[in-house]
Amino acid sequence: MAQLTCRNLSLGYDGLEILHDLSFEVNAGDYLCIVGENGSGKSTLMKTMLGLQSPIGGKILTGDGLRENEIGYLPQQTLVQRDFPASVWEIVLSGCQSRCGMRPFYSKEEKQLARDNMEKMGISSFAKRCYRELSGGQQQRVLLARALCATQKLLLLDEPVSGLDPKVTQEMYRLIYDLNKNDGITIIMISHDIAAAVKYASHILHVGSEVFFGTKQEYIESEAGRHFADEGSDEG
Amino acid sequence: MSELFEKAAVYFEYPFVRYAIIVGVLISLCSSLLGVTLVLKRFSFIGDGLSHVAFGAMAIATVLRISNSMIFALPVTIICAILLLRTGQNAKIKGDAAVAMISVGALAIGYMLMNLFPASGNISGDVCSTLFGSLSILTLTETEVRLSAILSLAVILIFIFSYNKIFSVTFDENFSRATGTRAGAYNLLIAIVIAIIIVIAMNLVGSLLISALVIFPALSAMRIFKSFKSVTICSAVLSVLCSLTGILVSVLGSTPVGSTIVAVDIVVFFAFMFIGHFKRGAKA
Repeated sequence: MAQLTCRNLSLGYDGLEILHDLSFEVNAGDYLCIVGENGSGKSTLMKTMLGLQSPIGGKILTGDGLRENEIGYLPQQTLVQRDFPASVWEIVLSGCQSRCGMRPFYSKEEKQLARDNMEKMGISSFAKRCYRELSGGQQQRVLLARALCATQKLLLLDEPVSGLDPKVTQEMYRLIYDLNKNDGITIIMISHDIAAAVKYASHILHVGSEVFFGTKQEYIESEAGRHFADEGSDEG
Repeated sequence: MSELFEKAAVYFEYPFVRYAIIVGVLISLCSSLLGVTLVLKRFSFIGDGLSHVAFGAMAIATVLRISNSMIFALPVTIICAILLLRTGQNAKIKGDAAVAMISVGALAIGYMLMNLFPASGNISGDVCSTLFGSLSILTLTETEVRLSAILSLAVILIFIFSYNKIFSVTFDENFSRATGTRAGAYNLLIAIVIAIIIVIAMNLVGSLLISALVIFPALSAMRIFKSFKSVTICSAVLSVLCSLTGILVSVLGSTPVGSTIVAVDIVVFFAFMFIGHFKRGAKA
């Protein structure tokens, strides 16, 4: 069974439907990019997959040993975080929260997990630094390390490279790609960058006026994809 | 100088001064704990609104001649805290408008009731002491001291045991919700704790000045410290020291307790702002 299955999903808010009858599934080890215009419902779809919002119709099923609280999440940054006094260590460790359940404090294993993930993201040397003083790319690494503390299986990323400069963007894509290839973590990413999506992803979900779901190869050959892929290669 | 100390020593002979000190320390400690969360979650306006609700509840308690007004004000304020949190989340009337409505309404009705059914000859004195706390910290009964102490300890324990959860819910509510922390429940807990803090802090500084007690230490600490833990510890220490200084100054100088404490808080805030500025300047 697939790790995450969306069946006949209808999404929206305030009674307004923006996505209708959407079905797709994500298997362990997939790298799915969700692309589409602004306002097409990408973020709403992600919030629904995370259980932050309930769908108008249809179902989201988890399977393949994935529990609902084993999903890691890299959100877009919020205003609150911009002046939040928190050290990198405190933030990464907070990713272990879901493992605690009702237990009030972190265990030794959880602290070790946080250290390991900081090591993996190359941010160990910042442990005591203040989050708000880091650069955009470093902040994303911190949030990625936190997400890794919450999951070993499935990561959802909401536009992880927005606001980053081109060099850091490439590093970020590389990092995510490595997590997918080397650690076998399933990736679901919202992206505006179709060229990069086509380069790294294994599957593409295109939402908007026309909906497409399939492998990268199928997408490039499809109508929806050819249009964007051409544009992407023109730029690059 | 030694004269002042002698004067202080004389005052400490009196049990009501000792009560004032004990309660003052406990209240200022727990009111500072949630300051960071309140400031960062943009909840500070809720604290302000709730303090007016507490004023209204106190007024009703006085009119009804309930001997211990805290027992009445506490549940009323907690219920309002929960209601305000709810309206803030799925708002037909936007959160801040709802707060303004409830708080101003409570203020008006409280004042009207106190005038219609005066509990004592000195109405303006009663109103003034409920709003600004004037000297009421020195007139606390032993029951009130005990109640304040128990509630403060409860707040401190709740805070310590949900510290990590409060941190994740404050820093990133969506993330903690997505990974299975019951953020809604913790928001509710935060609201209830705020309500408790406001009711007990009314004794110390009066309802209009409570927000200052909650927010100033946190804001001061945030000028200098960079991690959640150090900010929390620093604001707790600051709050206790400021309150102690304030109480002592007010006892020796016969100034109103509440406003003296807030004045000390303000001085410390500017000092910390200056130091923070200086530190950053030195680095750059």
